[in-house]
Amino acid sequence: MAAIELRGLTKVYPGGVTALDALDLVVPDGEFFALLGPSGCGKTTLLRTIAGLEAATGGAVVIGGRDVTGVQPGERDVAMVFQDYALFPHMDVADNIAYPLRIKKVPKGARRGKAAEVGARLGLDGLMDRRPGQLSGGQQQRVALARVMATQAQAFLFDEPLSNLDARLRLEARTFLKKLQRELGVTTVFVTHDQAEALAMADRMAVMEAGHIRQIGTPAEVFQRPANTFVAAFIGSTPMNLLDATVRGDTLEVAGCKVPVPASAEGRLQDGERLVYGVRPEYMAYSDGPADAALAGKVAIVENLGASYLVTLDVGDVAVQAVVPEGREPAVGSDGHAVPRRDRALVYRDGELV
Amino acid sequence: MIRFVLGRIGFYALVAVVLAFFTLPLLWLVTAPFTADPTYEVRVPLPGGGRGDGGTAAFTWDNFRAVLEHPYALPSLYNSVLLSAGTAALVVLLAALAAYALSRVRLPGRDALLYVLLLLSSIITGTAAIVPLFQLAVELDLIDSRLGLVLILTGGLLPAAIFMLKDFMDSTPKSYEESARVFGASPLQIVRHVVVPLVRPGLATIAVWAVANVWGNFLMPYLLLSDVEKQPAAVITYTLYTEGGQANLRLLSTFGLLYSVPVVLMYLFVSKKYGFRFHGGIKR
Repeated sequence: MAAIELRGLTKVYPGGVTALDALDLVVPDGEFFALLGPSGCGKTTLLRTIAGLEAATGGAVVIGGRDVTGVQPGERDVAMVFQDYALFPHMDVADNIAYPLRIKKVPKGARRGKAAEVGARLGLDGLMDRRPGQLSGGQQQRVALARVMATQAQAFLFDEPLSNLDARLRLEARTFLKKLQRELGVTTVFVTHDQAEALAMADRMAVMEAGHIRQIGTPAEVFQRPANTFVAAFIGSTPMNLLDATVRGDTLEVAGCKVPVPASAEGRLQDGERLVYGVRPEYMAYSDGPADAALAGKVAIVENLGASYLVTLDVGDVAVQAVVPEGREPAVGSDGHAVPRRDRALVYRDGELV
Repeated sequence: MIRFVLGRIGFYALVAVVLAFFTLPLLWLVTAPFTADPTYEVRVPLPGGGRGDGGTAAFTWDNFRAVLEHPYALPSLYNSVLLSAGTAALVVLLAALAAYALSRVRLPGRDALLYVLLLLSSIITGTAAIVPLFQLAVELDLIDSRLGLVLILTGGLLPAAIFMLKDFMDSTPKSYEESARVFGASPLQIVRHVVVPLVRPGLATIAVWAVANVWGNFLMPYLLLSDVEKQPAAVITYTLYTEGGQANLRLLSTFGLLYSVPVVLMYLFVSKKYGFRFHGGIKR
């Protein structure tokens, strides 16, 4: 068990592309940490640099208090699950799980025993003499997990651990993975491009964009108070409303409507300032009749989300979205009023949270 | 409708003729060695046959005894095995190392190098290169030496072998090796535990291809080996004449059969053991 610490970590590819730009990050011992970002943001490069598969151009990687920046991957005491699992096709499940032990020169009998033990814990008993090609996607994933568990490494690294599973299996695996990490208590960093996955599994997460970390925090913090408009737009299954606003005394003028200044920004805005007003569709109170401090407009689209509806209002010439509980969804073309929750609304100055 | 039927009939007639064209020599090869007085005809060897009734001939094992008694026939088959096995082993070893490096290490101008290698090796065929090769062998004192011949044959096969194997290795995902690396495997362990088993079908293909190439090569051993005791079967076949200068069909057919059987057996063995298959383990 060990903490992972990155100090000014930089990776520049030979072509001159900066994949990581002086990143600082501390993942405390035992934490389940998510690296989230769109494809090409450098999250996988970061994970591979921690593993030692990519050499850092600058900065340091410290695992368990030991600077491992120049150390070979095999001597960093980390274990990694690859996106494609990389199970050896010519070995059976038991040999795959036992492979790290074979490298450590554990005798054959002892390592088969250990493999059977770890495999049984992940529900793989009965599959031990199959080849990876004869397993389902979910079983392959569990073999890959069993293999890293067999290493008893100080930290685990997962590269998109769920992306190769079917949608339904993915939800199951998400719960399973979180439970397993909690039981093992091993520091784990995982990479994902799916914000729902990061929110659901991680203890803490970092949102990355173009080689920079844009926000670090718990899923709740990142969801409720995105530090900038990039994170605000990236997190959430329904994207946050980000609307141009102008400060008018103690109110904001948004799309021709007047809304109060959010609680968090009170007294920190200047009259006449132009800002971006952000509020999640989930944090809007919707009503058909007129309401105070509401964004009022015509209902343009109603989308079914299952237990709720996503209503898009045309307010002036901007679109505002609100989530409405089932049974109260309005008809398209009717008048609608969406009242932002004052304690959840945010304002952004030059893209950064005020 | 009638046109369609006639077309079909014509098509199958054509196929039958083409098939017969290729089958007859093979039929001759498996029947002639067992007949007492082989001609260019295909005749069924039968005990007591060949008395004027067309299509049969007297059955005999005498031809095989004659081949066994020939001073150079069996040793030449042994030479062939030696040459092709040695060349195949060298080609597989060197091509595997080169292809692995070319596939995994980014070198400036790597692809250009590969294409030039392949291009040159196909433009400059054995016949065109034979004079310089002969001189080189003389200078290096490798003339009339099996080792020298193996080296020269290896050199001829390597470019194409590297090209084929590199392609094969390119299609093997890197994450297998990276995974082993993170578990602490040394480069040598990665090659032994992971890379070689993964590309084994490719290595087997190259080995078979090299053996078949050397087995059938006539020109190189004919020119570079002067000692008849060192010459392989392909060259010895050329010497099987009667005293009168006529082709000795008894020896030729029998020796031809013995000469073909090992290659066929090798093909069957390798295809059964290493035939292309992929077990999975990478989720696609």
